[in-house]
Amino acid sequence: MSAVPVSLPTDRPVDEALAKEFGLNAEEYARAIASLGRQPTYAELGVISVMWSEHCSYKSSRVHLARLPTEGPQVVQGPGENAGAVDIGDGFCAVFKMESHNHPSYIEPYQGAATGVGGILRDVFTMGARPIASMNSLRFGRADHPKTPHLLRGVVAGIGGYGNCIGVPTVGGEVQFDASYDGNILVNAFTVGIARSEELFFGVASGVGNAVMYVGARTGRDGIHGATMASAEFAEDTETQRPTMQVGDPFMEKLLLEACLEIFASDCLEGVQDMGAAGLTSSSIEMAARAGTGLELDLDAIPRRTEKLTPYEMLLSESQERMLMVAKPGREQEVFDACAKWDLEVAIVGRVTDTGRFICKATPGYDPLDDASPRPAPEVVVDLPLGMLADEAPKYDRPQKEPAMTSRTTLEMTPVSIAPGGKVDVQKELLGLLGSPNIGSRRWIWRQFDHVVRDGTIVGPGQGDAAVVRAFCEHEGKTIEKFLALSVDCNGRHVELDPFAGAAMAVAECARNITCVGGLPLALTDCLNFGNPEVPETMWRIARAIDGLAAACRALSVPVVSGNVSLYNETDGRPILPTPTVAIVGQLEDVAHRLTLGFRREGDLVAHLGVPSRGALGGSEWHTQKQGRVAGECVGIDLDAELRLQGLMHTLAKAGLLASAHDVSDGGLGVCLAESCIEGRIGARVRLPEGSAGPAETTDLLFSEEPSRVVVSFSDDHRAEVERLAREASVPIAVLGLVGGGALDLDGVAVVPVTALADAHRAALDAIVG
Amino acid sequence: MRIAVIQFPGSNADWDALHATRDVLGLDARYVFHKESNLGDVDAVVIPGGFSYGDYLRPGAIAGSSPIVADLRRFVDNGGPVLGICNGFQVLTELGLLPGALTRNAHLRFECRMVHLAIEGEGPFTQGLHGRVLRVPIAHADGRYQCDDATYAKLESEGRIAMRYCDPSGAVPAAEETDAEGLPLNPNGSRGAIAGLYSEKKNVLGMMPHPERASEAILGSADGRLLFESLIAHVGARP
Repeated sequence: MSAVPVSLPTDRPVDEALAKEFGLNAEEYARAIASLGRQPTYAELGVISVMWSEHCSYKSSRVHLARLPTEGPQVVQGPGENAGAVDIGDGFCAVFKMESHNHPSYIEPYQGAATGVGGILRDVFTMGARPIASMNSLRFGRADHPKTPHLLRGVVAGIGGYGNCIGVPTVGGEVQFDASYDGNILVNAFTVGIARSEELFFGVASGVGNAVMYVGARTGRDGIHGATMASAEFAEDTETQRPTMQVGDPFMEKLLLEACLEIFASDCLEGVQDMGAAGLTSSSIEMAARAGTGLELDLDAIPRRTEKLTPYEMLLSESQERMLMVAKPGREQEVFDACAKWDLEVAIVGRVTDTGRFICKATPGYDPLDDASPRPAPEVVVDLPLGMLADEAPKYDRPQKEPAMTSRTTLEMTPVSIAPGGKVDVQKELLGLLGSPNIGSRRWIWRQFDHVVRDGTIVGPGQGDAAVVRAFCEHEGKTIEKFLALSVDCNGRHVELDPFAGAAMAVAECARNITCVGGLPLALTDCLNFGNPEVPETMWRIARAIDGLAAACRALSVPVVSGNVSLYNETDGRPILPTPTVAIVGQLEDVAHRLTLGFRREGDLVAHLGVPSRGALGGSEWHTQKQGRVAGECVGIDLDAELRLQGLMHTLAKAGLLASAHDVSDGGLGVCLAESCIEGRIGARVRLPEGSAGPAETTDLLFSEEPSRVVVSFSDDHRAEVERLAREASVPIAVLGLVGGGALDLDGVAVVPVTALADAHRAALDAIVG
Repeated sequence: MRIAVIQFPGSNADWDALHATRDVLGLDARYVFHKESNLGDVDAVVIPGGFSYGDYLRPGAIAGSSPIVADLRRFVDNGGPVLGICNGFQVLTELGLLPGALTRNAHLRFECRMVHLAIEGEGPFTQGLHGRVLRVPIAHADGRYQCDDATYAKLESEGRIAMRYCDPSGAVPAAEETDAEGLPLNPNGSRGAIAGLYSEKKNVLGMMPHPERASEAILGSADGRLLFESLIAHVGARP
């Protein structure tokens, strides 16, 4: 047993009350004392509480996450590192991850979203990859909530402000509005980069005696205990948490990115990790724990921008744009040189040890920014075994209880009948849906994102079901162009009704989107956004959703390679819609196979692939709008049928038979057809496919969100071949009509000019952002 | 033909410029880091887009303190052709190599989309292009060109307005005029819908749109190539 570390005069007394303030319950506090064999110091309690926070330890979700499939021949790096990696051929891999920045974005939307982008970019380039594209998945409260305009404007400006400046294109994303997010918006950020598979870097502090180096921005007081904030639910006084906000500097990150890629290329590092959530504490502890070593840090050497920083503050600060590197023996100078070129701060702040302990030294009262401070004479201020902070952190299999759905929603659906005599005006309903915030054009958002920087955006925002980007893969003076398809998806309404099926539907739709631009899905990253896991009904939803993700990932052979869990997304006890967001990276063998969603040629046939709708409206956007809440029976998904459909899409795209493809999702077939008309600036005349369960209302067939369906268009010359391939794949196909004219003609039930469709669609966010 | 692409800290379309000139047009293009003192033996210089020095103070303002700028001024004085794209245009106005200023877009937001450009004044980058309409993307927050009346009159009379934002037919919009999709034809509120202009000697062109991001059909437009092909012809014809 080593000596008890010194406390500082400014330290607050350590007791159960302080532990509670730091997010540890009485049981966890007792456990910390038992593991340590003594009372922790103030700084140590900070370290323990943040490492044991939900955000860092995944204590409520780890037992369930283990059920996700993570293996496949294409997987280069699975979960557990800063990001996952998947093989894209010729020795290159796509490195990607998605991460949440929900709590900070609600408190301060611009900085919260900006630093979310900054964090995910660092996770990717820490692996040695150059980021080539970003996406985001956003959730806001209802459109007419007084805070929604401010939050939407701030988040969009923040994502743009960071991504545009660093020069990584934001090529896609998704947005939904629902009252359940009124007090808890979601900001999930995704980035993909490209690396050589054999040159990936990992977060390991290996090699006893090696120098631990700090690179990047100086440390300030911003974001102290941010990970703990992200592990608690909000109450009315949330605004008081603003001091725990990080502030981003994308210019600094750009310099850091370029310097890091130069340092990586010189192969002078053992390991590297960004200082993200829980800053210096989690980066150093995770690196040492992965390597099975120990660390000794000299906090006196930490570059800082604020006077009188205490060890506690330096360890817990979440100041942005900082990296921790472990250099190979004698190679420190190469790190110093690259930092000098890019005008970055760099310091040796510690050494790798073999003690299995996390030891920090500091001189009480020492401040390099204050000439009058005492001379350095460091004493031990933190001395903790790594085990208790990493693998032996608390892990809970929390109680689950299947909710009685009636507590918040009701399974009972109100039949939609809005006009006298029960007759629905189909044209009015379609235009209303197209012009609503959850369905309409996202142009106002993506125009604020640089989506063309780096000369790689082939299918950009709004053009296809997924983005298609060109990756320039450079090695030994030669450049190979590869083409990736990227999509992000989740529909919390369906997850709310049935977490298993809803989560499976999210994976299926995301993968279907990839096939609808001509790609083959490779692997998945997820961001599991839920409420308080200590509520058994919420825990049941989390566990069921993870099982749904696992089932769909297995069925579609899309392993999970990275991810993030964000819990406690609730305010005053009211949780968000369960939102297990997924993003998939796919690949196009040939860019000539790419597909877009707009109809293209007069006279092309319009066809429906997949089992026709039975008119089931459960969880659909249309029914939710009409009833004012999510209701009905989840429409469910047949994963075998989904796999056959996706296989057929891949075959059709490769054969070059299609002119357009668009999957049927939010808003159903009606919205799908309208969007293909709007994007193609051309009309279509179609009949509706017969409902699979006999006659159903036209509106039900048009607006049902039953999955596993795609609308394609193709030349009449290809009809026989397309029908043959569909038969071979056992996918139902129905030719609905023809592309052409200036209106969408739904079998005479409604004839809507394309200009009217486009006008409604375009104005969808006007009500929020004017 | 040799091209230098200057890399300031925060340049982020440096790759775009290198790719378009080197990989697409087959020119001998290379990066020159801002801390170098010499551009090297080059025929033309591109100042790429991005956020040099993080746009601190004003976009393009601090780039003037970089060591490479002295040699850039020498190159310009000797009549060498220089293309400043987006942030490069902002750098050129801040250096005083082009008149006027680029301020925050009229609607105050970053704007990224395809626009149409009517080519007007001819010069090294626009030879034989007068009257052509090009489709090229923009991506900027500070692209609103402003200048005083005397400068504007001089730019017009000297044929130095290289390009203006326009509709697909080439018609330059009146203020506030929108396209078929309701978007302003003049995307940032620039005076006279100016998208790019030449220096007095016409060897320096600054433009907010990105021709290097529209030099391949796969990117949705190859119209931007015409500017680089014009430059190749110009350099080839120089004594």
